[in-house]
Amino acid sequence: MHSDPTQFALIAPATLSEALALLSNGRHTPIAGGTELMVALAAGRLQQKSLVSINHLPELRFIQTTPTAITLGANTTFTDIRRNPTIAAELPLLTLAASWTGSIANQNRATLGGNICNASPAADTPPALLVYDAAVTLISANPETRELVERTFPYAEFHLAYKRTLLHPGELLHSVTIPLPTPAHHHFIRKVGTRNAQAISKTALAAIATVGDHHTLTEVRLAAASLADRPVRLYTTEAALLNASLAAADITTTVLRARAALASESCPIDDIRSTAAYRTAVAANLLEQFLRTLPA
Amino acid sequence: MTTIKLTINNTPATLSVSPIKRLLDVLRDDLHLTGTKEGCGEGECGACAILMNGELVNSCLIPALQADNATLTTIEGLANATHLHPIQQCFLEQGGAQCGICTPGMILATHHLLAQYPNPTDAQIREGLAGNLCRCTGYMRIFESVRQAAAKSLLPNH
Repeated sequence: MHSDPTQFALIAPATLSEALALLSNGRHTPIAGGTELMVALAAGRLQQKSLVSINHLPELRFIQTTPTAITLGANTTFTDIRRNPTIAAELPLLTLAASWTGSIANQNRATLGGNICNASPAADTPPALLVYDAAVTLISANPETRELVERTFPYAEFHLAYKRTLLHPGELLHSVTIPLPTPAHHHFIRKVGTRNAQAISKTALAAIATVGDHHTLTEVRLAAASLADRPVRLYTTEAALLNASLAAADITTTVLRARAALASESCPIDDIRSTAAYRTAVAANLLEQFLRTLPA
Repeated sequence: MTTIKLTINNTPATLSVSPIKRLLDVLRDDLHLTGTKEGCGEGECGACAILMNGELVNSCLIPALQADNATLTTIEGLANATHLHPIQQCFLEQGGAQCGICTPGMILATHHLLAQYPNPTDAQIREGLAGNLCRCTGYMRIFESVRQAAAKSLLPNH
């Protein structure tokens, strides 16, 4: 333990409104499950000295299902996601991503909101959320009037740069809303790390697609972890694949075109976990695996 | 300093601690329950795993304030005055403990696993223990300990 706990302030307001009122001066940092910030504390690199615990707030821990969408409160844990049968049936990529995020002990604490707001380019749930066209709702309190303000954006717009997001100081992620895919959608996700359990991604690819008559891709959405400074949709590769043929005579051409498009928009880094070249090559392999497993 | 109330191994406790003090340190320093170990201190190794409100958690990642009003079970809470807990007994019989640093976390992870899956598959055992690292046993003896504990817990009147 390389920090002195007495140098830090931490309070747990009773309600979401009280938490937002406290946060509204922009001088406090919210802490949910602690699986990121408590690591920083122990390592002696937690810069924020004044924290507001939001982990206990029931207003942020819910899973709400409608006929067209599922909304998850920011405090939804990975265990909550894994135990929800509707999510498993409708959004299998989210269930899978939750299942390989850290260990069981971490899944019992870590939250979906924390995973998104921590804004790591290697985070596990963002690629799934991106291909599912999720929307994020942000909430804050006006510092003078304490009036609550909500803003909703496509999740694809949330990450601005490395570790930079749309969140203003004092603002919290409230919830994530995911429209339900149709039964015709094919889902794919795969993560490549150093080991099978609780590894951080070298890269990961999520995909969702529909195949129409004449074996063509009528809709395709792709997203990746660790191919850029933030979690990204692969729009160039999607455009290259739209209406592409999966028929036996065409699949090789389609795969080659897709791999080239992915390489053209992939901009990963060399770091302790992998190299840029390896990340791009593996992501292209994952994309090829996805395309070759679609029904032709 | 802030006041927190806990139920620890079925005993109520009231403590005055720094609110961000790691629950691990509260257990070891304030409550003198040193069965819970620190391995990595960053949530990777599971040596500090305990049960909080029935869920397996890494106590090194929990600020004391977030444990206010919680019910905690540590390794000290499993055995009774005369008998080891059946899971502990299985670890003993199968050689599932060597140096002992990972053992409390392994046993609590097993407890959590068997509460959810009384008759776990091999894959469920592997996943249930994947957050607990051991540097001695090579894992197979731990794996066999869990298998024996599962088999025992399925017997009537164990």
